[in-house]
Amino acid sequence: MTLNAYLILSTILFCIGLIGVIRRKNVLMLFFSTEIMLNAVNVGFAAISKFHGDLTGQMFAFFIIAVAASEVAIGLGLLILWYKRTGSINLDDIAGMKG
Amino acid sequence: MEKYIYIALFAPLVGSLVAALFSMQAKTLFTGWFTSFMLAVSMYASLYLLYFVYTTDLTFHANLFDWIVIGNLNIPFGFVVDEVSVVMMCVVTVVSTMVHIHSIGYMEHDIGFNRYFSYLSAFVFSMLVLVMSDNFAVLFIGWEGVGVCSWLLIGFWYHKESATWAANEAFIMNRIGDLGLLLGMFVIYWNIGSLQYEIVFAQISTLENSTLVWIGALLFLGAMGKSAQFPLHTWLADAMEGPTPVSALIHAATMVTAGVYLVVRSNELYTLIPEVGYAIAALGAFVAIFAASMALVNNDMKRIIAYSTLSQLGYMFVAAGLGAYWVALFHLAAHAFFKSVLFLGAGNVMHAMDDELDIRKMGGLHNKMKATSIIMTIASLALAGIFPLAGFFSKDKILEAAFNADALVLWVILWITAGLTAFYSFRLVMKIFFGKQNYSNEEHHPHEAKNFVIAAMIPLAVLAVIAGWFEHSFVEFVTKVLPHWEPEHIKHSTSWILILVTSAVAIFGILVAVFKYKNGGFSNSWENTAIYKLLSNQYFIPRFYEVAISKPYHKFSVWAWKTIEIKLIDASIDGLAHFVNKLGVKARPIQSGNLSSSLRLMALGLITGLIFALVLSVL
Repeated sequence: MTLNAYLILSTILFCIGLIGVIRRKNVLMLFFSTEIMLNAVNVGFAAISKFHGDLTGQMFAFFIIAVAASEVAIGLGLLILWYKRTGSINLDDIAGMKG
Repeated sequence: MEKYIYIALFAPLVGSLVAALFSMQAKTLFTGWFTSFMLAVSMYASLYLLYFVYTTDLTFHANLFDWIVIGNLNIPFGFVVDEVSVVMMCVVTVVSTMVHIHSIGYMEHDIGFNRYFSYLSAFVFSMLVLVMSDNFAVLFIGWEGVGVCSWLLIGFWYHKESATWAANEAFIMNRIGDLGLLLGMFVIYWNIGSLQYEIVFAQISTLENSTLVWIGALLFLGAMGKSAQFPLHTWLADAMEGPTPVSALIHAATMVTAGVYLVVRSNELYTLIPEVGYAIAALGAFVAIFAASMALVNNDMKRIIAYSTLSQLGYMFVAAGLGAYWVALFHLAAHAFFKSVLFLGAGNVMHAMDDELDIRKMGGLHNKMKATSIIMTIASLALAGIFPLAGFFSKDKILEAAFNADALVLWVILWITAGLTAFYSFRLVMKIFFGKQNYSNEEHHPHEAKNFVIAAMIPLAVLAVIAGWFEHSFVEFVTKVLPHWEPEHIKHSTSWILILVTSAVAIFGILVAVFKYKNGGFSNSWENTAIYKLLSNQYFIPRFYEVAISKPYHKFSVWAWKTIEIKLIDASIDGLAHFVNKLGVKARPIQSGNLSSSLRLMALGLITGLIFALVLSVL
């Protein structure tokens, strides 16, 4: 396996996540999509770190996992609160910022 | 000694600032007396410095602070008290003090009494900065300061349209001269690298002749503006719109002589370029006769004296141009005394006649205001150059200077002018104080001015009489700084003949005026001749300026306003604003509040950014 193969995998995963972010209307699905994008980047970090013999990349991947976990925890909390209030988690219904 | 220098300089400023505190209030007599007292303090300090310099032969320098220090440019805010500047200081402070006291009487009923004294003292401060400065930059500060104060005081009665117009005219005319002075200073700095008089005049002889001519001509342009020499002379006659003591102080005795002072101060420069000096002398002689001829027919009391001032300034420039610098300074001092007292007397007459200025509507005032009449007659005699009054000594020396330089044409012009001067001075005196009474007793009730007003004029009148007697000590004193000059080409007997010839023409002028106006003056047919019209319209020069400069410039300004300002500048700025506004309207739908479309736009932006980065990295 070459480095390129890992990077292509990472890119494909990132694109899948991106398309999910753009296309999905369910906020929960949006969270899944962002997780995919974050982990696509983690794959890239880990692969480059391994091929270059530098541990910094893997360390950074751990950071991202930690940050993503806390982000999901807060995000899901907010989402539950939102659902309790409005009874819907459809993205199009959230339009409080309309200018 | 520094103490006295600072007292002389800053006492008028203190007076001005204190008076300014009360400027919005109704008349408080205190401001008048306080500023006068401060001026008296300054006068005392100046006279003390004169005494000290005279007895010890020392020159004092005072450095107030370093003003501009950038790289090689070092301009301190410094003052020098040498033989020339101390003479100027004394002339300025003596005349100013008397004018201040006179003004207390003159401005008695004016609503802007306090404001007036604030301006007047500020003027004296600026004038002292001008004459005491030891470099061109600080001189320029004083130069502009007196210009501003002159503007404020000419337009003192700002509700009068003519006064504001005259003030603006004076200010704008002076701008032309000031540009010349400024350019001259730049050329000096460019070539010598300093603006200190000492350094500049020590190195001035090392410069090329063409550079010297440029510097000399540009500095003289500045002098022309301030001293109202042709063709920048029209403002001085119009400046008579201001209160009369202002005319006495600013437009006769002090500010207008600043140009002469500048040329005298730069004598080392002008000695090196005699051809420029000769041009100055020729212009001076021309202005002398030109202004005197206009004074012959004018009927406005103050304008006659203003033209006379112009004419005498011409005399001073003849002396300065021909290298007789001490003569110019001598005439400057003598002229300051008798001309200021003439103006102050004119102020008394105006008060007595309820601000009447037309001398055709006066006459026979001698019996009603004896003191003013006697003082003004003495001043006129001094102006005409009658022995043994001040004007005799100084004017005679100028004529000798012209004769000595083999400039016979100049001499003849000045000689004729001396006759004209005597004639118009006594025409004025005769028409105001003697002859037939030309006003009705119901209309005016002339009365003599208050005693302290007359008392303020007496010292000046006395100086106008005796100033000439100190010629020898004056020469000895100022030639320690100024180059020595003597009419060496003239034999002793010739100089006596010159004195006699000059006195003869002056006496002849006086006699003609006295006899003519005793018997009712010239016939009315004289007023219809072409030459009378030419003279009374000031050679049509103000009209020429209006038609040839003011009106085309006004048209150009209107065109620039309508075409460039509105169509080009305004339109382009408005267009830019409209474009941004429209862009905003177009972009507003983006802010729909819908998160999924925002996310899409974000992704779009990200991709666009990536593509940019790629393209840029490939390039």
